[in-house]
Formats: sequence, C-alpha cells, structure tokens
Amino acid sequence: MPNISVKINGTLTSVREGITILEACGTAGVEIPTLCYHPDLSLAGNCRMCLVEVEGWRTLAIACVTPVIPNMVVNTHSKKVRHARRTVLKLLLASHNVNCPECERNKNCELQELAEKHNITSNEYQTSPKPESIEEVSPGIMRDNSRCIMCTRCVRTCEELQSVAVIKPVGRSSSVTISTFMDRSLNDVPCTQCGQCVIRCPTGALFETSEVRPVWEAIENPDKFVVFQTAPAVRVGLAEALGLPIDRSTGQMVAAIRGMGVDRVLDTDFTADLTIIEEGHELISRLKSALVDGDESVALPMMTSCSPGWIKFIEHKYPELLSNVSTCKSPQQMFGALAKTYLAGKEGIDPAKIVSVSIMPCTAKKFEKERPEMRDSGYKDVDYVLTTRELARMIDEAGIDFEKITEEKFDRWMGDSTGAAVIFGATGGVMEAALRTAYEIVSGQEIPFDGLNIEPVRGMEGIKEAAITMPERMATGFEFLAGVTLKVAVAHGLANAKILMDKVRSGEADYHFIEIMACPGGCLGGGGQPIPTSPEIRQKRTESIYAEDAALHFRKSHANPEIQLLYAEFLKEPLGHKSHELLHTHYIKRD
Amino acid sequence: MSEKKILTATEQPDTGSALKKSLEMTSADVVFEVRESEIRGRGGAGFPTGIKWNLAGAASGSNKMVICNADEGEPGTFKDRYLIENYALKLLEGMTIAGYAIGSSHGIIYLRAEYPYLIPIIEKAREDLIRENLLGENILGKDFNFDIEIRPGAGAYVCGEETSLIESLEGKRGVPRNKPPYPVNSGYLFRPTVVNNVETFAAVPHIILNGAEWFQDLGIGDCTGTKLFSISGDIENPGVYELPMGSTIGELLEAAGAKDVQAVQVGGASGATITADELERSLSFDDLPPGGSVIVFNSSRDLMDVLENFLEFFVHESCGQCTTCREGNVRLLDAVHLIRNGEISSMEELEPFFQLAEVMKIGSKCGLGQTSPNCFIDIVTRFIDLPDGKGGA
Repeated sequence: MPNISVKINGTLTSVREGITILEACGTAGVEIPTLCYHPDLSLAGNCRMCLVEVEGWRTLAIACVTPVIPNMVVNTHSKKVRHARRTVLKLLLASHNVNCPECERNKNCELQELAEKHNITSNEYQTSPKPESIEEVSPGIMRDNSRCIMCTRCVRTCEELQSVAVIKPVGRSSSVTISTFMDRSLNDVPCTQCGQCVIRCPTGALFETSEVRPVWEAIENPDKFVVFQTAPAVRVGLAEALGLPIDRSTGQMVAAIRGMGVDRVLDTDFTADLTIIEEGHELISRLKSALVDGDESVALPMMTSCSPGWIKFIEHKYPELLSNVSTCKSPQQMFGALAKTYLAGKEGIDPAKIVSVSIMPCTAKKFEKERPEMRDSGYKDVDYVLTTRELARMIDEAGIDFEKITEEKFDRWMGDSTGAAVIFGATGGVMEAALRTAYEIVSGQEIPFDGLNIEPVRGMEGIKEAAITMPERMATGFEFLAGVTLKVAVAHGLANAKILMDKVRSGEADYHFIEIMACPGGCLGGGGQPIPTSPEIRQKRTESIYAEDAALHFRKSHANPEIQLLYAEFLKEPLGHKSHELLHTHYIKRD
Repeated sequence: MSEKKILTATEQPDTGSALKKSLEMTSADVVFEVRESEIRGRGGAGFPTGIKWNLAGAASGSNKMVICNADEGEPGTFKDRYLIENYALKLLEGMTIAGYAIGSSHGIIYLRAEYPYLIPIIEKAREDLIRENLLGENILGKDFNFDIEIRPGAGAYVCGEETSLIESLEGKRGVPRNKPPYPVNSGYLFRPTVVNNVETFAAVPHIILNGAEWFQDLGIGDCTGTKLFSISGDIENPGVYELPMGSTIGELLEAAGAKDVQAVQVGGASGATITADELERSLSFDDLPPGGSVIVFNSSRDLMDVLENFLEFFVHESCGQCTTCREGNVRLLDAVHLIRNGEISSMEELEPFFQLAEVMKIGSKCGLGQTSPNCFIDIVTRFIDLPDGKGGA
C-alpha cells in the first residue's frame, strides 16, 4: 500500500494507506483512548471511546475501525470529541458497579484509568442506582456482570482465539448481558477455564477464583507443612505483575515466597523434566508398538497433556481423539502426587500435614486440581492453585520489596530443573524439550541443532511443523527408528488446536507427536498471567524464557540430577509400576 | 399540491412491461435511468438509489444480492404493508429490474415479523410472475435468471437498519456492522448487496416506463418523485397517502382531515416533532424527514406522555451494542421521569441531557442511536413548560 497524506490535529502526516485512524494517530504520537479495542482481537467498534472528528463528516468517526483516506483531516481533541469521550465514560460509569477498592482489578482497570485521565469527578447521568454485584463462580473463573461494560472482548476472545464460543451477548438494550447458552453457569457449558477472557477484560467483570485466603491460613497454621511449586512461566511474569519491567526473576521469586513463611519452595520445572522422561518414553513406546508390532490400536499422533484448558477442550470437542492424548499427568499434578509421597518420605513429614500449593500462569489449573482423578497420593494431590497475579498480591501484602530482595535457590529434592523444563512456558517448549531427550535416548547422540535450540518449533506462528530424521545408527533396542522421519506439530491457542484436530480427525495429518497449549504464546500468555496481554508483551516474556533456558547449566531433562535420584530411589524406571500409579491418568468424554 | 397517485394508482401499467423494457436496455442504461431519476431511498435515509446500484454493479465479487427491506418497524408506519398488500407485483418487478441492473440472480424480501399474512400474497405474486416467465430462469427468453425468497424477521426494530438486517439474514444476532465496508461492496455473506425499501423498488417500474425526467418533474429539486405517507393519530381519515415529494405537511394534514393540531410527529419516533405553527414546512430530504410516518397529536394530548412512550420504545429496541445508544436512551428516559417528578425544573438542569442527546446523534453506531434523541430534543424544547418558566411553548 502506498503512503498517503493525512492531517492529524493540524499536522500533516504521511501514513500507509488502509491503516485505521487509530493506527495513524499512533504513528503520529497522538494517543486515542480505547476500551473495546484489543490488539489480539477483531474490531468491534462498540464502546465509542475512540470517537474522533473528521472534517466534513456528519458524525464522529471511531478511530479503531475507520480507515484513513487521502487528505483526511482528523481532530482528536475538539470540543465535540472531548464532550463525546466524557459522555461515553460517564454513561459507562453510571451503570458500572463502582466498588473499586473491593475489585480485583483496582489500579489495573482500563475504565478506572480513563476516568482518572479524563478527570471524571461527578456524573450527571447517575440517574438511577448502580447495579449490585452478581457473582458467579466456577473453579477457575469468576464473573461479575455488574462490572461489565459490554466491550465484548471476552466474547471475541472465546470465539476467535479459542474456538470455544461459550459466551455471547444475550438480550438487548440496557438489559443486554454477556451470558452462556440458556444462562447456564460456566460449569455447565464447554468453558475450558483457560482464562483468556480474564486477561483481556478491561474491568473486573472477569477474574480468577481466588484462593489467597486459605493459602495464608495454611502458612499461618504451625501444624501444616506448606509446599509451594512454581510453574515455568511464573518466573517471567511475576515482576510484571508487581509493576516492574518484564524480566525473569526466579531467584527473587523463591526468596519472596520463602519470605512469606512457606516451608518449602520447590519447582514445577522439576516435574516438567519428569514429564519429559515419562512422555518421551511413552512416545517411543507408542512408536514401537505401531512400527514394529504393527499394533493398530495404538493412537498416533500422540498429543501432549500439560495444558488443562486444552485437555478440557478435547474432552468436550474431540472425545474420539482422547486415546491420542498422552496419559502423563501435567507437571503440576505430577508434583502434587510426589509431594505427598516421595517428598513426604524424604522430609519425614506426615503427608496429611502437607499443604500443596502451586503457583500457575493459569486459571484452568484451578479446575485441574479439582478433578477426581487427581488424588493418587491418597490425598488431594494439589490443595490450592494461585495465579501469578494472586502470588503478586500476597507478596505485596507481605510487604516484601521485590526489587531489593536477594535472590535465593529452590529447596532440595524437587527443586532442580533444566533449561528443557523452563521452556515449557513457551509454545513449542514441550516439543523442544521432548525432542532433546527422546532423540538422545533412541540414538545415543545429541539432537543436531545448534546449541540444542530447535528453532522450527519456536516462535509465534499459530501452527508450527517440523520433521526430524533419525540417524541410521541407533542405540540398542531402538534400531526400528533408524532413518525414520519424525513429524511433529505445535499449536497454541485453541482456535489453532481446532484446525490441527480437524486435520487429525479427517486423517489429513500424518504427525507422530503434537504439542498443544490452550493459550496464545503458551503458558507465558496464560489466563493467570499479568494483565494486560498483547503480542509484544508475550514476545518479551518469550525472550525471557529462552534466556533462562540458555543460562541454565543443564539443558536436557534427563540430565537433571534430582530426576535421576528420583528414579533411582523411588520410581525405579520410566513408565514403571510406581509411575503408572502416581504420574499417569485418564480422560473423560464431556458434553 | 394534493394527492398524486402513481405507485398507488388504481390503473397500473401492465405487469412485466417495465421489466420487458429494461431487458431491452443494457444493465448500465437501467442503472443510468434510475440514477438520472434521482430517486432517493424511501426507507428514510434518502441515499440515492442509482448511486447504490452503480456501486453494487461495479463491485467485484460474485453472487450479488438484491435485498428488499420490508422490516417496516418505525412506529406509525404502514405504507410498505399497504404496497405489498396491493401492489406486490410491482415490488417484485422492481427487484427483478434491480437484479438485472446490478448483475444479481438472487433476491430476498426481509419481511417484518408482524406481517406473516403478507407471505401468501407475495408467494402468489411470485408464482404468477414465474408463470408469465417474468421471474425464474431465462426471464422473457433472455439469458437472465432471477428469483426471490421471503425471510421473516424476528421482531427487532434495529433490523430495519440495513447491516443489522443482513446480520439477521445470516442467522446472527441483529446488530449493526461497522462501516466501511458498505453492503454494496460486502453485504450478505460478504457479497455485493443492494438493500432498498419496498417503496423504492415499487417505484422503479414507473421510472423505467415513464423515464427519469418524468419522475424528476413529480417532485421538487433533488427530492424527486412522489412519496407515500402513513398518517395516523388525531385525524379523521387515517391511512396511506401519496403526495409529490416536497409537499407541505399542511397539505398532507388537509388531505387526511386534521382539525385540532398540537403537534405532528414526522418520520416516526426517530423523526422530527413540529408545532402547529410549522405546517408550511415541506416533506423532503431537505426539511422534514419523509420516511413515511406522520402522527398527529391534538391539544388534549400530553406530549410528555408521547415522549415517555417513544423513549421507552427506544430503550426497549436499542440493540445494546454501542455505549451511547444502550446507555444514552436509558438516561434520557430517566430525565423525562425526573422532569415529571419535579426533580428537574430548569433548562439548566437539563443541559447535560441535551449534551448527551448531541453525543448520541454524532457518536452512535447506527441510525437508531443517532436519531432516537430527536424526540427528546424536539418535545422538551418546543412543548414542555418547566416550572422555572423556561422552555416549552
């Protein structure tokens, strides 16, 4: 597209033809307030916050949708525009449940920020009482429609990014609400609990179901032994959640959690490494059954099982493909099962006294821990799940200065991890970690990628594919894979998962192994991560993840010394009896 | 001027004569004739029909669509119903000519949900036309196919807005789209689409038969042709009247037998409300909106009742998508209640609501929110006596 000339607030600017007024203003350094606009979503144009004046037009134009045309004269701060913006804000505030101090999104609310910026101190349109709270609870996500401003970001997220589409505008006029089919609870519709809606909500209409209070109570109870695990993506999101620049902060995170009074600070990365060992062997075993034994009942491609939003999605939408999903529990649940068995033994603690808490970038993990299958330790394997945001709130409440705190290390037994584990936090990471280990198991050699970085499965492309050809010389027992080309695919965001699953179901896809993460960008873009989110923010978090990988001494899961100890002393062998008892699970068809 | 019956004349040109003439012309010439006639959309917005057809004809894209907006939902409007009841053949012929003009073989009539009894009438007209080879395959032996289907709406006022209508036709929630793109480029199922009102299509055969110049001469300035008005309220002879465009409201009232006039609502609830002193004003796109509805209120009527009723209607019918319309109408209705309760007693206190009305007019997504404040502004400024003595008549 050629460049055209437009005049914005009296200044001539050259911009690319076809871009919107909002984008043109961005290039010209002119800020336009928005609410329904989101860089990840289609354009709705319904909030009317971005109204601007275009010379010669009868009505104001919405900057987010309207394309620039040659010689357009745009004014973004005329009297009309200022009145319109203030009126829109007042109208929204008049029907918004303004209980800011009690709101999860206080000080991180786009409506509040705009109201402050536009100096809204009184409201002539408050002609009837504000709505009262109407809370609806599901394991991972809570809704309060009294705070909803009908921007429909959640609706567009659920449909466009996730192909789930369980929420829609219902009713009309001032009684319109965002609701589900027949107004059912989120528990009774195919909601995956991914929380992508939560991180795009501009206000506090959607938020995680918080467990901060029972976690404080456990920490404060001297009879309880509180064990925290921290997911890979939390360490690249926590600083951001505390208002600091995006950066990895593993050591500070460990120190802060210990400072809160937690008994053991351990790492989900440890069980991420364990997942790789178990899942890698499962893949090899499936390939052997299919290629050598000719067993047609073996389901290929095998699919990863770490992402609970993805698991719930496939249980609802593609139940006929459930046998393709790895039987490995997610790292969170492997950790939970081991904390109350292996760790309890190592620490000499009665497992009944252990309170197992996980810090996750995820809201679906709150649902996952409630699954009835997740009690293989004889107890509830994971007692509480906190999002990155909830952990940040606890650190704030504890008065810990995150910037000044001295870095500390994880506790032992389940605290060691490798670079292969930390990249679980990014899309393609599980695939890369699995390939690093599986290739070496079967061939006895390191995977032939520069610095072990398997670039084809990295990056923000929605669906990524790679083909890895095995060498001719294989390790003993794996000769059947000699020269075989292993085809893999990676998808993130459930809309992309759906594309892949349709291909698998129709037989069009001939992959051996598929990694799916429910959230765009992988866990680093999860529904429990700091708000806001955008492609740029996810890119920065991704860079932090790979920087952490590169900085770690061990880069391959099977090199983790504590994993080796775990097998030697407790599990004995991958896919062994103990593993099956504690680390593997099954799935159910859901309506 | 008095009544001038063209569309509603007892004697109508032979069915198919205009279509036959059109098929002897090039499609570009048909568009040209309609464009020269300067006929503007009869639904109320008044967009030049010929320009619309020209854009749709020139648009790239296949399976172009001709859609008739028969979702006549403006309170007090019933002229389209009258046209369909009595002149369905002319409507279908006009649509077929449009199909030929823009290169479309598929027409849809989006019929107001409350008009199911018109379906057999349209179906019969369609069958008659097919029998005469005036609709269907190889019309009049030419390489031109065109057929028309009827799709009933579901009762939402906003679906009279063309992009909401299209959304509704696609089986979605009836809410307006952002424009651009306009339907002429990307309408029903992203196809180039012409949406015209019943009356616009019904006028087309007359334009083709009698020529653009004849049509122009019927009206005034760039408001050409005759126009149908549905008149109701405190008058002796309510009904549908056809007058030359540009006639005064007084002429229409005289024809309908209005004796005691306090106020006249012109163009429906979203139109203008005028006083008895303004009866010389003309019904044209330059003055009073000639959308179709004219409601007369005599001196016994309390216009606050009227205003409250209209605003309740808009609060009920706003689709709820954009902030200004969804929230704005509620606040205007609240203001009416506050006036009635005596909690607002001065123009000064009303100022924020006039400002709100202005923002709604220039900031709402579609015609609904852009015009719903009109009744508030007109009635409050012209008819309401506030306790402080300001405002009102």
